[in-house]
Amino acid sequence: MRRRILPGFNISLGYALAYLGLIVLLPLTALAWKASGISIAGLLHLLASPRTLTALRLSFGGALLAASINVVAGLLVAWVLVRYRFPGRRLFDALIDLPFALPTAVAGIALTTLYAPNGWLGGWLATLGIKVAYTPLGVLLAMVFVGFPFVVRTLQPVLESLERDVEEAAESLGARRWQTFLRVILPPLLPTLLTGFALALSRAVGEYGSVIFIAGNIPLHSEIAPLLIVQKLEQFDYAGAAALGAVMLLSSFVLLLAITLLQRWSSRWAEPAR
Amino acid sequence: MSMRASARAPDWPRRLLRGALVLVAVGFMVLFLLLPLATVFVEALRAGVHAYLASIRQPEALAAIRLTLLVAAIAVPLNLVFGVAAAWLMTRFEFRGKALLGALIDLPFSVSPVIAGLVYVLLFGAQGWFGPWLDAHDVRIIFAVPGLVLATVFITLPFVARELIPLMQAQGSEEEQAARVLGANGWQMFFRVTLPNIRWALLYGVLLCNARAMGEFGAVSVVSGHIRGLTTTMPLEVEMRYNEYDFAGAFAVASLLALLALVTLAVKTLLEWRYGNEIAAHAPGGH
Repeated sequence: MRRRILPGFNISLGYALAYLGLIVLLPLTALAWKASGISIAGLLHLLASPRTLTALRLSFGGALLAASINVVAGLLVAWVLVRYRFPGRRLFDALIDLPFALPTAVAGIALTTLYAPNGWLGGWLATLGIKVAYTPLGVLLAMVFVGFPFVVRTLQPVLESLERDVEEAAESLGARRWQTFLRVILPPLLPTLLTGFALALSRAVGEYGSVIFIAGNIPLHSEIAPLLIVQKLEQFDYAGAAALGAVMLLSSFVLLLAITLLQRWSSRWAEPAR
Repeated sequence: MSMRASARAPDWPRRLLRGALVLVAVGFMVLFLLLPLATVFVEALRAGVHAYLASIRQPEALAAIRLTLLVAAIAVPLNLVFGVAAAWLMTRFEFRGKALLGALIDLPFSVSPVIAGLVYVLLFGAQGWFGPWLDAHDVRIIFAVPGLVLATVFITLPFVARELIPLMQAQGSEEEQAARVLGANGWQMFFRVTLPNIRWALLYGVLLCNARAMGEFGAVSVVSGHIRGLTTTMPLEVEMRYNEYDFAGAFAVASLLALLALVTLAVKTLLEWRYGNEIAAHAPGGH
């Protein structure tokens, strides 16, 4: 290897490794170690309990659904912000990041107050027979809220760089608007949409603060998996908490890996459209 | 650039579609972003300005504010130094295992806050790896300030590095190499060339890191133990007041955090408008 002109390789490598080792790797090793302390039978017992199953289903199912909603809503919002000019556009553009900036506990109590049966929106929805707060629907709503900026922010630069003459060419060749959208606009956006989907998903799966208030945490109904971890810790069931944490971590990594593979496949598929 | 520049004037179905799309998007943003934000301030001031001020002047609230500032004042500089070192390493050198290191830096983003708190309990808690030793030496980490700091450091670890890496990658190292060839030592090169080149991106990263550090809830909630006045940060104080049905008090503290979020957004937007190209590498598909 050629001699390095720039200084600081050894010190920055050593520092970064030591820091990551202490802050990230050592604690995660402790998690793996503690989780492995639970027997196979114990793990099966934990996972097969209806309460755990319901919570895992709500966390992962809700997050998948929320990320899908975010893809559709995010595409619409990003499209409108990039392509159209309307009063208040810059304000709304700046506000997109609010769910990143607003502490989750604040978002949680605000959403709960809004959607509670006696809240501004909840009262109105109650007359329609829709209950949001203290139901799985409320969990979904909070998950959509925290994941919302991801799709918009990943899409915006790509939409800006999209060449419009291709769309015009498609239209002058007689394509209908929905054909232009499906065949010309959407394919090159697909890898980016998947990135946004993955980011929103991994945020929603683990989300705690904004969800627990609106969820109401009713066992077998609106409990999320992170809440079960907290409860196990409060009962000093460290092994159970660690096992559940490890299961959650592994499942979300498998999901993210699957999305990365899908993304590779979709970007190859998107190539000819460019 | 605008749609008007295109050859044909928009026909009416196109206009209608555009209007409808704008309406739906704005409706969604009002419902999901503006209404929750407005709720915080309306609920905080529901009982009047006097009650509001009294509520945030209570000793627990002041203690929570002090603790939040303290935790952020330790966690943010730690991750600032780490972020600069990691970005320097990732963008200026080639070495084996670089991709793995990059993945490791991003890892905290995909770990649930609750798990971030849990791992420290497993390390330093009463039944944890170092629990007995810490107990014997009368050192408290869990249910004390060091635990809050550690959990916050974990959660906010990637922010500064994530902002700097794409920018420093795009900037390249020619200027730094020139400085070295002209005889600058390492620190001179860093303070006179590197730092001025990355200062706005660094500020941007620190801003986001700080917002998350002050607002973190899940991870600190697990390690805090909720000892009022001692280990409750502002978000935890919000939770405790809310659970005690002191809604006005909860929203009063929450309104301070919401103000912090608004200031963060305002400064962030300002930075993007003024120094956009010095913050993000404008690669298509980039962050």
